[in-house]
Amino acid sequence: MSPDNYLYLAAALFAIGTAGVMLRRNALVAFMSVELMLNAANLAMVAFASARGNLDGQVATFFVMVVAAAEVVVGLSIIITIYRTRRSTSVDAANLLKL
Amino acid sequence: MNITAPTFEWLELAPVLIVLTAAILGVVIEAAVPRAYRLVSQVGLMVVSLVAALAVLVENFVSQRSGTLVSASMVLDGPAYLAWAALLVFGLLSMLLFAERRLGNGSTAFAASAAAVPGSVSESEAAVAQHEHTEVFPLALFSLSGMLVFAAANDLLTAFVALEVMSLPLYLLSAMARRRRLLSQEAALKYFLLGALSSAFFLFGIALVYGYAGSFGFRDIATSIGAPVYGDGLLLTGMGFLAIGLLFKIGAVPFHNWVPDVYVGAPSPVTGFMAICTKFAAVMAVVRVFYVALGAERWSWQPLIAAIAVLTMVVGVVIAVAQTDIKRLLAYSSISHAGFILVAVVGASVGTAAGASSSLASIVFYLVAYGFATVASFAAVTMVRDAAGEVHSITGWSGLARRNPFLASVVALAMLSFAGIPLTGGFIGKWAVFTAAWRGGYSWLVAVAIVASVVAAYVYFKVIIAMFFGEPVAGVEVGKASGFTLVPLVVGAAATLYLGLFPGQLLDLATAVGTFLR
Repeated sequence: MSPDNYLYLAAALFAIGTAGVMLRRNALVAFMSVELMLNAANLAMVAFASARGNLDGQVATFFVMVVAAAEVVVGLSIIITIYRTRRSTSVDAANLLKL
Repeated sequence: MNITAPTFEWLELAPVLIVLTAAILGVVIEAAVPRAYRLVSQVGLMVVSLVAALAVLVENFVSQRSGTLVSASMVLDGPAYLAWAALLVFGLLSMLLFAERRLGNGSTAFAASAAAVPGSVSESEAAVAQHEHTEVFPLALFSLSGMLVFAAANDLLTAFVALEVMSLPLYLLSAMARRRRLLSQEAALKYFLLGALSSAFFLFGIALVYGYAGSFGFRDIATSIGAPVYGDGLLLTGMGFLAIGLLFKIGAVPFHNWVPDVYVGAPSPVTGFMAICTKFAAVMAVVRVFYVALGAERWSWQPLIAAIAVLTMVVGVVIAVAQTDIKRLLAYSSISHAGFILVAVVGASVGTAAGASSSLASIVFYLVAYGFATVASFAAVTMVRDAAGEVHSITGWSGLARRNPFLASVVALAMLSFAGIPLTGGFIGKWAVFTAAWRGGYSWLVAVAIVASVVAAYVYFKVIIAMFFGEPVAGVEVGKASGFTLVPLVVGAAATLYLGLFPGQLLDLATAVGTFLR
């Protein structure tokens, strides 16, 4: 099986996710975009695992999912703390620290 | 298709397992021990576990245990020994700063209740009740265990999981400052979003390199280079993505934007922990990935890393010149140090029998010298105070030598070491790093680095001149610190001086054991 088309799809999802993090101002949406990027990598790994005929890539996706879940816990706790302080999750409102 | 159960080398893994167990016990302490005894039990547990881990590590080293661990997903070789020893020592020193209560009139540098909204009733109630977050110790221990694994990872998946275990607690720790809580929370948000973005890049790089090599193992990747199934494009793109993820963690330009904000916003003890330990672990991982897995491809990555090294040194130094805040200055200084370290990474020179040190030995020496100076300077940052807490503006530090000559001398020593002045560890570190790059054939890069370090010296002398020749500012005091701050301060200063006067032992050791097991 050729992984080409899956790889194109993964790259497209990854690009959408990157654009989302860069362009969207809402911390929650930016965070969702990061999750999209992780899943794009998962898709690429599963496609390669299937093409290569070994299980490494498929097993790796489980690790990535667990890591992503842990990241959600930490990320949401930070975003919620910020929201309760400022009543906003916009990353533009977080501008106390200058370059 | 068979999945073989992994072998488990308990004794070799013991340092990591001890730190991890101590972190879990720390969580149990939070649940089981009354509030009044938590700090003392957490600190006791932390010190005992880190010293025990160090003792086991030394015992393993003396018994010459080495080799791949857990079905080759980790490796215990010379560089891993050096990194583990340094991480445990620096982790211990910087975590001692977490426990300082005397400076803050009986409260630690961490918020009484990080979940309470700043300025709210529940916040002041928690402060009056003298609550404190002793969870910072297990969090830092979890992070440290991730760093240990990251520095010894022998496949990309282990590296990714270790990277996250290292980073996630740090995001939380940066949000927990007692004072200037809005800044602290904002720093945590920036650190988290950018950190998550960079690890997503790292993961996509892993996926592409896995597609190229058909395996996550560094050795398999190294052997697959030159015999591609899907073409070299996959490897080159994957390598670029991996580099983005790793260079973000060491704070190289153009992935450095988080560094100054997080350094300023996070509580100073946490900043010290991040500045040393995160950088140490990440640099070791960079070296391992690029030398062991991608060593055969080094003609492709050397120019890229060389360009980033130049950018990192120049931007770090030039922006540092304009800083008026000591923590921000230390942040840009840490960025420029990342650049100097990358100079040696680019050199990729292997040691010779004549005693000339390899790139790896010089990097380790540089990091150790940088680490001790950083411990001392962050301990000092926590001590200079006025009524509102720590004083971070350099003008506030002026005339410090008249109030407390000892503290001013320690800071001056650390600054001289950062600047690379002879008789300090930083000088030998810079010397070793530059010779490694020179012998690797990158003399132009060494020339740029020397110019950058001359400009950087101006930045550090600015602080020294303010402290020794400025007029004291009214209201700024040097706080009465307990041993939790004084020990890191004195150890950092003494080690900086020692490494400058007697660099031979560490350099010889690093050169002798500084080869990767493939």
